Amino acid sequence: MTGASAAARSRLFGGRVGIEGATLVLFAGAIASYFLFPNHLALLTQFLVLMMFALSYDLLQGHGGIVSLGHAAFFGLGAYAAAILARTGYNDPLLGLAFAAVLSAVVALVLTPIIVRGNDFTRLLVTLGVASLVYEAANRMRGLTGGADGLPDFEIAPVLGLYKFDFEGRIAFIYAFMVFAMVYVFLWRVVTSPFGLALRGIRENTRRMPAIGSPVRRHLAVAYTLSGGIAGMAGAVLAQTSRFASLDMLGFERSAEIMMVATLGGSGHMAGVSFAALAFGWLKDVLSTASPKYWQLGLGIVLMLSVFVARGGIGGLLDHLRFRRSA
Amino acid sequence: MTPALSTQGISVHFGAFRAVDNVNLNVRPGARHALIGPNGAGKTALVHALTGSLSPTAGTIQVFGEEVSSRAEKDRVRRGLARTFQINQLFRGLSVLDNVVLAIMERDRKTAAFWRSVANDKRAHEAAREHLAFVNLTQHADREVRHLPYGSQRLLEIAIALATRPRILVLDEPAAGVPSGESHAIFERIHALPQDLTLLFIEHDMGLVFRFSDRISVLVAGQILIEGAPSEISSDERVKEIYLGRRAGHAA
Amino acid sequence: MSNVIVVLVDGVAYGMLLFLFAVGLSVTLGLMRFINLAHGAFAMGGAYLAVVLVNDGGLPFLLALPLVFMATGAAGALLERGVIRHLYDRGALQQVLFSIGLAFALSATATIAFGPQQQGVQIPSWLMGRHCVFGVQISGYRVFLVAAGAATAAALAYLFDYTLFGARIRAAVDNRVAAEGIGIKVDRLFVTTFAIGSALAGLGGALSIEMLGLDPTFAFKYLTMLLMIVAIGGAGSTEGLLMAALFLGVVDALFKYFLPEAGSFVIFGVLVAVLVVRPHGLRGRTA
Repeated sequence: MTGASAAARSRLFGGRVGIEGATLVLFAGAIASYFLFPNHLALLTQFLVLMMFALSYDLLQGHGGIVSLGHAAFFGLGAYAAAILARTGYNDPLLGLAFAAVLSAVVALVLTPIIVRGNDFTRLLVTLGVASLVYEAANRMRGLTGGADGLPDFEIAPVLGLYKFDFEGRIAFIYAFMVFAMVYVFLWRVVTSPFGLALRGIRENTRRMPAIGSPVRRHLAVAYTLSGGIAGMAGAVLAQTSRFASLDMLGFERSAEIMMVATLGGSGHMAGVSFAALAFGWLKDVLSTASPKYWQLGLGIVLMLSVFVARGGIGGLLDHLRFRRSA
Repeated sequence: MTPALSTQGISVHFGAFRAVDNVNLNVRPGARHALIGPNGAGKTALVHALTGSLSPTAGTIQVFGEEVSSRAEKDRVRRGLARTFQINQLFRGLSVLDNVVLAIMERDRKTAAFWRSVANDKRAHEAAREHLAFVNLTQHADREVRHLPYGSQRLLEIAIALATRPRILVLDEPAAGVPSGESHAIFERIHALPQDLTLLFIEHDMGLVFRFSDRISVLVAGQILIEGAPSEISSDERVKEIYLGRRAGHAA
Repeated sequence: MSNVIVVLVDGVAYGMLLFLFAVGLSVTLGLMRFINLAHGAFAMGGAYLAVVLVNDGGLPFLLALPLVFMATGAAGALLERGVIRHLYDRGALQQVLFSIGLAFALSATATIAFGPQQQGVQIPSWLMGRHCVFGVQISGYRVFLVAAGAATAAALAYLFDYTLFGARIRAAVDNRVAAEGIGIKVDRLFVTTFAIGSALAGLGGALSIEMLGLDPTFAFKYLTMLLMIVAIGGAGSTEGLLMAALFLGVVDALFKYFLPEAGSFVIFGVLVAVLVVRPHGLRGRTA
C-alpha cells in the first residue's frame, strides 16, 4: 500500500487489514456454509442474491449518496427477463443472466435523466413512482408476466452445458456464489477506482463537484446503469435458481428492505452491507415463517430504532473491532 | 493584450433586486486583482456568475478571449477558470489527500474509469502531495477533512482549486472566518502562487488588499464604482467616504 | 352523455377523497419538510378507530369523525414530542427509514388486532341514498365528500395562507434560529402543525373506508399516489393540492370507465409524467 488516502480508506473499506479480514470471513463463511448446511442450500442461495442486490443499491446510496425507493424495479425486471427468456426456450443460465443485466442496465440508463436531477425528496418520489409504474405494468401484462400468479414452470439448462441444476440446490448455490463473487470483485474495483472516488465526491459535496470540472450527471448516469444492471443480475439469479418470478420481486417492500439493509450495513461499506443482508435474510426467514405479522412488527421497530443507534452500522462496528485489535 | 478574464454588462437580478448590475470587468493576465466593496455589494453573486454556478440575467464573459457565457460551470473549469468558496465546500468525509486527488483526476478526465485503481495512480498522488506541500498541509494528508482545524480547511479550499490547474483563480474571501493572525499566513501562500496565474480575490481586510493587490475594483450596490491601482483607490474621495471611512476601524 | 357526467361526478368525488386523504401529508411534508411515509398508516389508524367507534361503540358516523380527528391529532402530537422532533435535521434518508418502520409496525399491529380481512363502517342511511340532481344520479356520500373536501380546503387555505400561524410556520421552517430570535415558539408551533397533519390523516382515513375499503395493507396501498399528489400539487399549497387531486380523480374515473384494463397504470403514468415535466409541482414552488 502506498499510504495514499489511508484515512479515507480506513473509513470506507475498513482499512486494508480490516476489510480483507471481514471480506475473507464473508467468503470463507459462504464456502463453509455449503458444507455445513447441505439441507439449507436454497435459503443460502437466497442470501447470496440478497447480498448482491444490497451491494448494487449500496453503490448508489452508500457511495454516490443517491437515495432510491424503487430499486426493486431493476431486481424484478432482471427476474422477469430471465424467466421470460427461459420460457421462450433460450434457457442457458449465463445467457439469461447477461440478458437480464443488459436489459436492467439499459432501463436504468434510460431513466437516469429523470432520476439524477432534483433533490433527495423529488428523487425518492420519482423512484417510488417509477417503481409503482413498473409494478402496475407487470401486473397488467398477464400474458407476459403471469400477473399476480407469477411465472412458474420453466426449465434452466445446465450451467455451461455441464452442470445441471439439481434438486438439492447444490449447483444453484455454486452458480449463485460464482455470480456473487464476480459482482463483489467487480464492485470492489469500481469503488476503489477514480470513478468510485468521484462518486464519493458527489456524496460528500455535490456543489463542489462542478467547481472542480466534474461531469456530475454523467457520473450519476454510469452509477445508475451499473447499479441497475447488477440488481437485474441478482433478480435473474433468484428467478433461475428458484424457477419462479413474481410481482413481489418488484414490490415496494423489497425496495424499502434494501434501503434499510444498506443503511444498517453502514453505507459504503461492502463487507458491512453484505453482513447486514445476511443477518436480515436470516432473521426474515426465521421470524416470518414463525409469524409473518410479528415479523413485520419487529421489522418496523428495528427500522425505527436503527435511525437512532449506531451511525456507522455494521461496517462501523467491523472497523471498531479492527481498531481495537490494532491498538 | 487579451484580458485573462473580461465581462460586458454582467447583471444578476433577483426579481426587482439587482445584486449585480451591468458590470464590465477586465482582469489582465498575471494580475493580483482585488474585488472590494461593502457587505451586500454583490461580490459573491458576481463570482457565481463568472464561474457559472449562477446564470447571469444579462451580459457576456470571456476567458482569455474565449466566450464562455453559455458554458456550464464544469466546462469553464476545464478552460482554466477555477474558484474557491467563501464558505468551505470540501469533501468532508474524504481524506485531505483524496480531496486533492479527486480534483486532479477530474482535471485529467480520469474519473470515467471504473476499472482502474486510484491507489495505483502514483502521478496523481505525487501531484496532490505537491499541492498539499505548497499550502503546508503535508502532515495532515491522511486526516479526514472533518477533523481538520478550520484554518487548514481554508488552505485546503485553495489546494483543491489549484489542483484543477487554473489559469485564472477566483478567491472568494480566502481568509473568511480565520483569526487575523492566521489570515496573513493564508495570504502569504496566495502571494507565493506563480506569477503567471491570474488572481481575482475578494477581501474585506484593507491592509491585506493594499498589500497583496496590484489592481482594485470597488463594487457598490452591484455596480463598479471605480477601478484602478491601489494608490488611486486609496486616494479616491468617494471610496474613502462610502467604504474605507466606514471600515477603517476594522482594517487596523 | 349522461354516463359521462356520472363518471365526471364520480371523478370529482374521488378527487375530493384523495384531497382529504393527502392534505395532512401536504401539511407535514410541505410546511414542515418532514418526509412522513407513515401518513397512510396514520390514516389507517384513524379508519380503524372509526370502525371501532361506529360498529362496536354504536356511535353515529358523523359523530365519530370529530373524535377520530382529535384522537389521531393527539397521537400525532405525542409522537412529535417523543420522537419525530429529533428527526427534523437528520436528512431525508433517516426520515424515510423511520417513517417506513413506523408504518410497518402500525400495519402489523392492525393485522394482530383486527386480522387481515376487509372492514366496513356503517354510514347513516340518509347519506347512502342516491339523489337525482339535474337528471344525474349521485350518491349522497359523494356529495358529502365534496362538501367536506371543500370545507377542509377553505379552512386550511385560510389557516395557512391568511393567518399569522401560517406565516410563523413558514418562517420557522425556513430559519429556525431567526424565528426563535423574533419570539416564535418553534417547538409549540411544530407540535401543533404535526398534530393538525396527523388529525387530517385520521379524518381522511375514516372518510375513505366507504370508497376504498379498509384492511392492514391500507398503510402502503395508497402511499405512492398520495406522495405524488402532494408533490404535483406543490407541497404545502392547499389550492395546488386540491387542483392536483381533482385532476387525478377525474382522469382516473375517465380511464376506469373507458379503458378499465389499464387500471392504476394510467394514474401512475400521469403522475410520473407530471413529475418529470414539472419536478417542483404544478405550482412550481421549490420544495
